[in-house]
Amino acid sequence: MTVLEAGLDTRRRRSGLLREIASWSPSLKVGVTIMTVIVLSAIFAPWIAPFDPNEQDFNAILMPPNLTHLFGTDVLGRDIFSRVLFGARIDLVIGFITTYVPMTYGVILGAYAGYVGGVFDSALMRIIDVAMAFPFLVLIIVILAILGPGVQNIYISVFILAWTMYARLARAEMMVERTKDYITAAQILGFPRRRIIFRHGLPNVINSSIVFSASDFVLNILLVSGLSFLGLGIQPPNPEWGAMIAEGRDFIRQAWWMATLPGLAIVVTGVALALIGDGLAQRLGERHHTTV
Amino acid sequence: MTSPLLSIRDLTVRFETPRGTVTANDRLSFSVKSGETLGIVGESGSGKSVLCRAILRLLPSPPAQVTATEIRFGDQDLQKLTPAGMRRVRGQDIAMVFQNPMTSLNPVWPIGDQVSEGLRIHKGLGRSSARKEAIAILNRVGIPNAAMRIDDYPYQWSGGMMQRAVIAMAMAGKPKLLLADEPTTALDVTIQDQILALLVELQRETGMSIVLVSHDMSVISETCDRVAVMYAGHIVEMGTAATIFKSPKHPYTYGLLRSMPHIEGRVGKLAGIGGQPPDLSRRLPGCPFAPRCAVASAVCRERPICLASLDDDHATACHFPERLAELERKLAS
Repeated sequence: MTVLEAGLDTRRRRSGLLREIASWSPSLKVGVTIMTVIVLSAIFAPWIAPFDPNEQDFNAILMPPNLTHLFGTDVLGRDIFSRVLFGARIDLVIGFITTYVPMTYGVILGAYAGYVGGVFDSALMRIIDVAMAFPFLVLIIVILAILGPGVQNIYISVFILAWTMYARLARAEMMVERTKDYITAAQILGFPRRRIIFRHGLPNVINSSIVFSASDFVLNILLVSGLSFLGLGIQPPNPEWGAMIAEGRDFIRQAWWMATLPGLAIVVTGVALALIGDGLAQRLGERHHTTV
Repeated sequence: MTSPLLSIRDLTVRFETPRGTVTANDRLSFSVKSGETLGIVGESGSGKSVLCRAILRLLPSPPAQVTATEIRFGDQDLQKLTPAGMRRVRGQDIAMVFQNPMTSLNPVWPIGDQVSEGLRIHKGLGRSSARKEAIAILNRVGIPNAAMRIDDYPYQWSGGMMQRAVIAMAMAGKPKLLLADEPTTALDVTIQDQILALLVELQRETGMSIVLVSHDMSVISETCDRVAVMYAGHIVEMGTAATIFKSPKHPYTYGLLRSMPHIEGRVGKLAGIGGQPPDLSRRLPGCPFAPRCAVASAVCRERPICLASLDDDHATACHFPERLAELERKLAS
């Protein structure tokens, strides 16, 4: 190996995660930091939480925030800080599943439709038009009213509907991408269609869906909280943020912390995800422009 | 004489558009012999790229309608092949190189993966042997240090290197025919030369045929055995490179040659051809070049053109090739 080659080699190895993080925009850094804290506290909730989230203590009912009960207590004397921590586990998991499961098949369907066009494309788009013609939340509530409340049914109803946005995004991008030379080159090299769509096309159309998924994540957490608030989602006594707000609503005058602090958890998570979405849009957009 | 590698008869490509039917290729007939380089020259929009894509059946239909009495490659009729058979032809027998190397490589995969992908699909090579083969091919097309650079991404390479990589991808299948669609247009002149030299070298080694599409007369004159001149979807003149460049028999070819800048002599205004190419959605009954031709007569505007042989290997679509002398006199004055 010559000196020049050796130089090239070390240069290449040094580039890693740290360099990647250093190139992030401030909003991405802040968003990722907040989100990391939230995720870690959700994972380690049993060790961090000072109390059992469902343990009732009738000697400490409606206590305002203090040093023992950081976020105060509710009508049943449960520690709200512990409940918010455990709530993160429920909300993040539901948010994650309701975002990324529909994204997976939405993007695949959309990319395929955008590439092949024709009858499959038209049929898929008409189905999406029908699904999108109704207000999302109303349709979810209708499906939940038919299936009954509960986490499983939230999943089912979201899976039925939420893929449509991703399918649209991926389809639109694929229609642009499929006319590009590298796709034609792959066709000329005689690659099978499946390979062209999923190996060559998909990585180039997925960016917008990834960016959208960050804001979709927020919307889905709000959706689950909203449904729980309406009594269609997580059932008490499970510590879900929306459900906790619903419980606190009756006591908003006497005990503001009951509804406000779980609400704040939603706000912080939402802001963090929005920042990540914003930062990702910039980061991925940048990369897109330098390569084209 | 052996039978030609590629022979095309009466190839017509039409596009149905909201503005009407655009005839991008109009009854083209030509053939390419084994080991020969055919140059296709013409200005933008004359149907050169459409022709390449039509041969490979890459035009989406609708809107494209491709008809031909014959598109024969070796002993295969390309029009009758199944999609699977067509994929085999594309991967192995006919390859293509594009105008813009920056967009012909997938930005998200390392270059080596893209070069070896074809080897793995069509030749069934394993990961490591395909990689070795890819390094060998990249070395062959003149990538210095190919073994080191094989894991680079396309954005890390320059345009000339990327075009070499694209050629490597095309050559990986050992094609019998290479369609080069303006392979040097996006590159600067010194790199242009290197790429053309590379293509000629590779041709000498493998004996493949090349169809070189270009709007650059100098590129064509340097590399091609035979030349077809296209105008408004027609082949207006065809012959050996020497004949076309020395004694053109179509006013359009003559105009193209006259408009080339010369390195000697005074730097003056370039001689152009007045007027604009016709709108391909409105077909003229007669010669498409008649409106811009200085020696056109009423007959030219009415009688449909067809390629007529002048001698063994020279054909022109001009109704009155003898008028070229008159044209020369007119333009000289």
